Amino acid sequence: MLELKGVSFEVNDENGREEILRDINLSMGDRRFIVITGPNGGGKSTLAKLLIGVERPTAGRIYFDGEDITELSITERARKGIAIAFQQPVKFKGIQVLDLLRIAAGRNLSASEGCDFLSEVGLCARDYIGREVNSSLSGGELKRIEIATVIARRARFSVFDEPEAGIDLWSFQNLIRVFEKMRRDITDSTILVISHQERILKIADEIIVIKDGVVERHGDKKDVLPEILGTESAVDACIAFKRREAENNA
Amino acid sequence: MLKMDDIQKRLLLEVADLHDVPEGAYNLRANGTSAGRRSTQNIEIASKEDGTGLDITIKDGTVNQSVHIPVVLSKSGLTETVYNDFRIGEGCDVLIVAGCGIDNCGTQNSEHDGIHRFWVGRNSKVRYVEKHYGSGDGTGKRILNPRTEVYLEEESSMEMEMVQIKGVDSTERTTTADLKAGAHLVVRERLMTHGEQRAMSGYHVTLNGDGSSADIVSRGVARDRSYQELALKITGNAACNGHTECDSIIMDEGKILAVPSLEANSVDAQLIHEAAIGKIAGEQLMKLMSLGLTEQEAEEKIINGFLK
Repeated sequence: MLELKGVSFEVNDENGREEILRDINLSMGDRRFIVITGPNGGGKSTLAKLLIGVERPTAGRIYFDGEDITELSITERARKGIAIAFQQPVKFKGIQVLDLLRIAAGRNLSASEGCDFLSEVGLCARDYIGREVNSSLSGGELKRIEIATVIARRARFSVFDEPEAGIDLWSFQNLIRVFEKMRRDITDSTILVISHQERILKIADEIIVIKDGVVERHGDKKDVLPEILGTESAVDACIAFKRREAENNA
Repeated sequence: MLKMDDIQKRLLLEVADLHDVPEGAYNLRANGTSAGRRSTQNIEIASKEDGTGLDITIKDGTVNQSVHIPVVLSKSGLTETVYNDFRIGEGCDVLIVAGCGIDNCGTQNSEHDGIHRFWVGRNSKVRYVEKHYGSGDGTGKRILNPRTEVYLEEESSMEMEMVQIKGVDSTERTTTADLKAGAHLVVRERLMTHGEQRAMSGYHVTLNGDGSSADIVSRGVARDRSYQELALKITGNAACNGHTECDSIIMDEGKILAVPSLEANSVDAQLIHEAAIGKIAGEQLMKLMSLGLTEQEAEEKIINGFLK
């Protein structure tokens, strides 16, 4: 169970103080697949940064299984069981996929154990296990490896920040299957996905809508999804990809 | 068994991955004298008449054989210059392992300057591994100045792995290569400096024949207050392909100067250089920390991978 109590986050820029998140109160329970959606710039990714410890809230507290983790570092939170798949997967020269999975699992995984995690994200394992996590891999491949590192952590609370960002439609279809499987296999953990893709929202147990820095809506999928369909908070994948292409061609 | 003390044995392990006598031909030099040598039917190791080094001759058609010629220095104040000449026949496929380990616990400088020359015959393939390592906490410096000259005959190839990861206070390494038609050279250099160390590494590869190629990649990490200077040059005199890449991570108060250069004297020469210097990216640290590593552990992983 992860709880946010009165969490706010402000930044100082040239226009003075700007409030990115305001008085967020959320409770995210075990065995739940939760999707956070909302318009761009609404504060979703900032919330992910606050959860994993990249940023500290300017007000409020964060509790994980009842323990106040507000002041804990990224490393300390990771060791308590919080994991994240970043929106932009990071590349490493010389570090192989298996190395990264071993770090994630915190033990010396055998190659075949490493392969199991890659198979879970739909990568033909033997083609990838020895590859370097560098720019020779496509955006979709890097994304799936990023997700595999989170699966390998077997974390109690996993955050996926816009898993659909930067990948093609075909990879997206595969990604949906990965998340559907995660939902089926959920045991005592919580999965939190930041996304406004309709197909990911459909997998959710709960949906949280964040807009203009506040929680606009939080409830069961069956209640929330019908209200947001067709808005920026629930976008059809094909339309989103067409829009992205049009922007790129403009 | 070799006549060596424990320090020398440890150095040998660092530079040549050897616990004891290697298979095949070898010459082991310890504190300026030979501590063991073996020639084989196809590979002859002989001392130069003037005593300045070795003549290593590999017969035509020698395949799947190796030569080890590591050097260890454990005496403070020892300075030596050694000339080793390798004459590799035609149609060979051999592994040559060199390397030098210095342990200096004293106050005087210890220095080993190795000049290695390779004549590689037609259609031969050579893999060359050279590792440098220094240890010991004396105030005397550990100095290594290797010079390597490579002459590749038609259709021959050489792959060089040059590694200096730890403990060498000062190094000036110069490598030159001349390639005839259809010859290929691949170099993978890895260099890490720390403390007040200084390392200079210069390559000049000349592609003289049509269809010749060179791929030179140097990766360096400069930590603490160390200094690295890397000068990678390719000259293309024919229809050839050349690529140099100089990729460095800078840390603490380290300083790095990278000077890639290309010279084309033929309209059909295709030459490319890349050079990049930067600190460890914040996102890389963040990713590894989110997997449970501390910042320091994450940094080590990134550097170890980079220099792998």
